[in-house]
Amino acid sequence: MAQGILVFIEQRNGQVRKSSLEALSEAARLIGNVGGSVSAVVVGQNVKGLTAEISKYKPAKIFVVDSGDFANYSTEGYAQAVTEAVKKADPAFVFSAQTSMAKDLIPRVAARLDAPIATDVTEIKSEGSSLTAVKPMYSGKAYGVYEFASPLVFLTLRPNRFALAAADAGHQAQVEDLAVAAGNIRAKVGEVHAAKGQTIEVSEAPIIVAGGRGIKGPENWPVLQNLCDVLGAALGASRAVVDAGWIDHQHQVGQTGKTVSPQLYIACGISGAIQHLAGMSSSKVIVAINKDPEAPIFKHATYGIVGDVLEIVPKVTEELKHMNGKN
Amino acid sequence: MKIAVCIKSVPDTEAKIKVAGDSKNIDTADVRFITNPYDEFAIEEALKLKEKFGGETVAIAIGGNEATEVLRDSLARGIDSAIHVKDAELENLDPLSTAKILANVIKEGGYDVVFCGQQGVGGDNSAVPSMLAEFLDMPQVAMTVKLEVTDNKFKAEREIEGAHEIVEGNLPALFSAQKGLNEPRYPSIKGVMAARRKEIAVKDANALGVAGNFSADKRKMRLKQMVMPPERPQGKLIDGDVDTQAKTLVKLLREEAHVI
Repeated sequence: MAQGILVFIEQRNGQVRKSSLEALSEAARLIGNVGGSVSAVVVGQNVKGLTAEISKYKPAKIFVVDSGDFANYSTEGYAQAVTEAVKKADPAFVFSAQTSMAKDLIPRVAARLDAPIATDVTEIKSEGSSLTAVKPMYSGKAYGVYEFASPLVFLTLRPNRFALAAADAGHQAQVEDLAVAAGNIRAKVGEVHAAKGQTIEVSEAPIIVAGGRGIKGPENWPVLQNLCDVLGAALGASRAVVDAGWIDHQHQVGQTGKTVSPQLYIACGISGAIQHLAGMSSSKVIVAINKDPEAPIFKHATYGIVGDVLEIVPKVTEELKHMNGKN
Repeated sequence: MKIAVCIKSVPDTEAKIKVAGDSKNIDTADVRFITNPYDEFAIEEALKLKEKFGGETVAIAIGGNEATEVLRDSLARGIDSAIHVKDAELENLDPLSTAKILANVIKEGGYDVVFCGQQGVGGDNSAVPSMLAEFLDMPQVAMTVKLEVTDNKFKAEREIEGAHEIVEGNLPALFSAQKGLNEPRYPSIKGVMAARRKEIAVKDANALGVAGNFSADKRKMRLKQMVMPPERPQGKLIDGDVDTQAKTLVKLLREEAHVI
């Protein structure tokens, strides 16, 4: 009988994604209720070395699909590999982080196995051995609680929402090589181009500094970027400035952009249109800096400053540098 | 070239969402329904391919009366014909069921290209395109931001974290459209007039041969309850001159909120 939880561990360029380890941590927390054991699967070329890091988050077993066929991500190749791992592990649930790879891959695997999927899950509740998934709808304007009637269920978990367990270097997971023939890959990935100037990805960042119309023009992004650099934050943007062509869509936060749940969201010169609020209102702490005291963003902010972003942000950056210097 | 575009009617992104009395739907009283914003990019890309290669474009939507409007809208933009899957039994489907029904509609059509929006704003699942590609046994590119088609080959760019991936392959294939793919056109007056004369083929569960297969009790994923997000507590306004504001903010973030 299907039992336990299998976690898909995403790696790119030999780096395990932190959000995958968050999913693994959540699986370990839930396994007592679900029954069975936690296993993980990692796919790629020369990925066996990653099992030491994955092992610290206490899966009982790690399936490794390691071959030149998987040097680059491809939907069909990876779908084949993950499907084989699911068949081998025979879990009741498959977890993954909700990433762009997951959006492409995990529903395809679920369809192949005729299983339901809930994506971008922000909370998992257990009722006996069955799990219900809570996920944002309408970009977080509402939340849906889903239940499942299937021996196999796929859940993709929103980054930053599930706490990373303490790493246990002493834990040794059993490692099992899985030989999978990738089969006929009809859509092949060639080159990968880094996006312009993007260092930290908005959807996974624990801190986001986002700019709107109040920054007055694209020439002022460096003011926000300096603050990002000091905080190790990602640069976000409102729809208005993306549509105005001030910055690439990859930075857009909100409905029709990215929905985010960072620890800290600093909204600079963003008035707080309903579409923007939808995408960021589940941030733990929200700072709003805006000239207009009536801006809707202040109703959602933990801390608000009425004033000019271009005056305040450099002062905040300076103060943080000063503080870091003292440490 | 025969091109299918899957579209969906969704609440306006500017709409406030309220949960209805049954706790399973939204209150649609003051909500305007629009074409799912990502589907607009899918429609536009279909029209561009047709302009280049000739052929036929078909829009497909599952839904109640509100779907008629968005199908008319796609016809007004220049889509040739429309299929409306309309049946009370097929409302509020989960992604797996939606993908199966769309595959059922698309399979017999002999399409070279299938377009979808990368997600429907509402369920926010981003799951149907990949599931549909699997059921159609087609290669796929999710979150496409650039597409070139020549001689039945495609070269697409897809958005990944901090980068773009270039994906190449042969048609037939499925693409889910992400913002950035193109600038959607608006319907012209002429288009709106022409759309009135175009036919929308309506199919119910019987016509599709799926009657009874997707009823609520057969679905593997069910919405148990819809809830509103928790209210945020009243925040603090930081006063003083610019220096004081900056210092106070950093202090609060560090000592009270513990986030830096």
